[in-house]
Amino acid sequence: MTTETQQRATRRLVSRLALVVVAMFGFGYLLVPLYDVFCEVTGMNGKTGRLSAEQANSMTADPSRLVTVEFVTSVNSGFPWNFKPMVSRVEVVPGKQMEVMFEVTNRTSDTAIGQAVPSVAPNEAARYFSKTECFCFTEQKLAPGETRQMPVRFIVDPRLPKNIESLTLGYTFFRSTVQVSASPAQNATKPES
Amino acid sequence: MSDAAVHHDHHDAHHPTGIMRWLTTTNHKDIGTMYLVFSLMMFFVGGAMAMVIRLELFQPGLQWVDPQFFNSMTTMHALVMIFGAVMPAWTGFANWMIPMMIGAPDMALPRLNNWSFWILPFAFTLLLMTLFLPGGAPAGGWTMYPPLVLQTGAAFPFLIFAVHFMGASSVAGAINIIATVFNLRAPGMTLMKLPLFVWTWIITAFLLIASIPVLAGAVTMLLTDKFFGTAFFSAAGGGDPVMFQHIFWFFGHPEVYILILPAFGIVSAIIPTFARKPLFGYSSMVYAAASIAFLSFIVWAHHMFTVGMPLAGELFFMYATILIAVPTGVKVFNWVATMWQSSMTFETPMLFSIAFVVLFTIGGFSGLMLGITPVDFQYHDTYFVVAHFHYVLVTGAIFALMAGTYFWLPKWTGHMYDETLGQLHFWLSTISVNVLFFPQHFLGLAGMPRRIPDYAVQFADWNMVSSLGGFVFGVSQLLFLAVIVKCARGGAKARDQVWEGARGLEWTLPSPPPYHSFSTPPAPATIDGGYR
Repeated sequence: MTTETQQRATRRLVSRLALVVVAMFGFGYLLVPLYDVFCEVTGMNGKTGRLSAEQANSMTADPSRLVTVEFVTSVNSGFPWNFKPMVSRVEVVPGKQMEVMFEVTNRTSDTAIGQAVPSVAPNEAARYFSKTECFCFTEQKLAPGETRQMPVRFIVDPRLPKNIESLTLGYTFFRSTVQVSASPAQNATKPES
Repeated sequence: MSDAAVHHDHHDAHHPTGIMRWLTTTNHKDIGTMYLVFSLMMFFVGGAMAMVIRLELFQPGLQWVDPQFFNSMTTMHALVMIFGAVMPAWTGFANWMIPMMIGAPDMALPRLNNWSFWILPFAFTLLLMTLFLPGGAPAGGWTMYPPLVLQTGAAFPFLIFAVHFMGASSVAGAINIIATVFNLRAPGMTLMKLPLFVWTWIITAFLLIASIPVLAGAVTMLLTDKFFGTAFFSAAGGGDPVMFQHIFWFFGHPEVYILILPAFGIVSAIIPTFARKPLFGYSSMVYAAASIAFLSFIVWAHHMFTVGMPLAGELFFMYATILIAVPTGVKVFNWVATMWQSSMTFETPMLFSIAFVVLFTIGGFSGLMLGITPVDFQYHDTYFVVAHFHYVLVTGAIFALMAGTYFWLPKWTGHMYDETLGQLHFWLSTISVNVLFFPQHFLGLAGMPRRIPDYAVQFADWNMVSSLGGFVFGVSQLLFLAVIVKCARGGAKARDQVWEGARGLEWTLPSPPPYHSFSTPPAPATIDGGYR
């Protein structure tokens, strides 16, 4: 049967292989932050940047061109909120901050928390588009029937490639994964209707 | 129980009898047999599901099952066939053959071996019982894409834990195989003398331990997303459903080579035997298999060309995918060169192997078409994809499994199988499988989407042809079962070498081999006589 040396070699090999298994399980989870970093660096997936007001103010404007920014909004299925931009498009000077308003209404008789997720198209424009102020930075809690106007302050980087003349900022409102504790139980036990 | 009685004749048989023998066995041959029987059972369970799918698609409109159940069938058919039929069958072959091929007395970790098998019946009980749960079995596709899969009812946690168990079983099996080959080779059995089946399994085992844990992580994320408030794949919480596809296919593409690499090994054993000639280009075969394995980790996004990747990404994944055709082509040409100017005979294992080479290559060609990004936008999620992966999995992996079964069945049982029935099984299967899957290329090119229980009427004719082929293929497999049962019960006594051209250590043992083989290592001279 197996000799002493073979058994020792087997034990050593098996513990190394087990280590690989554990490491690859961890690697699966490591892919999550890697994916985010990758998307942020390349602007893939329309992930937008975030700047502080000082950083935005230090940008030099490029008044020689105008870029059209369009707004689209949607609400995730089964989430009974109304959500729309106050203006559907604006012309901006790259390097200058611009503020636009969005309006959201809770149509239901329950308090609910929503989270807006932004996305910019085309993808290559995403990393030149930054927000200094956005309702999407935090969750929005709306009382039954409440309507709220919310600002977005953004800036388009003057380094935006010349071939891009217009870009679209899209927002989708999702029901927050954090449930309102005070809200009736029907909310927590739904399947979405 | 006659089986157990036979084994009692051997000198050191102190193992328990009856059910306890199978529950507590640590013998590689017993465990190999259990794997193979289990996978054959799952082959028929998954096959029955395929019959339901083809029955519903026989005509346009909804006739037999409701759409939710149809979706369950496509989902469960894939899970059962991949994780229940093909993967355990390969592990079964490895258990039976690898110790005998490398001159080892048993596997390196016999108790772990017992565990890795006995996890499987529990995993598949968990999975199959979901058919009877409220809300039905998982129906979101075997790829488990969120957010759809998160709408699965009570079956959801069963699905996740079943996948965990299957993964644990495969990983344990893989570790065992690596440890066996690295530490228990007979003296003189150097790495470059290993039979190709052992080589391809070693590479497969490394793919398993590198990719299955990633799948385990992905499904764990699904589980916590559903029940514990994490948001890995939920956009509302800052996650991204597309990320699941990346993580899943990082596992999923190596997985398809896990299913096919051992098939390459089996065919590389059978073709030289019946061509009576050494395998052409042994070392190029080893390097080709290793290159395929390496490339399999950098091509995953070709499964998701349409998610909206940047051009550079699409180009990279296209080129890397097409590159796989080079080592695969090396293999196909080597098999053809082995047969070139040889003295071939066409027993059932050889017939299945030749069919494998031809039909797997057709699957490879449609794979090349799918790998070309711009045309993939048309083919994506159509029946063209279904035709492609069934050509590589059914006429590829399954045909190789059948070839291997016919090849080694006389060695395992000590009896020759019924050659007439075997040939009948081959011709029925080969003709019907082409009637079944070839028309699906046309359906896909014409735009029929996959995973839909109904279709537009212009697809009716080819669907009917495909279904007829499917029914004949399904029924033909009962012949396979009959051949195996008949052979296990009796038949002409098999010689030790069984086939005139058979080379390798396993053929130096009696048929059937003793319960414990190679307790003393074989003489180095017998090692060098192999065709590999």
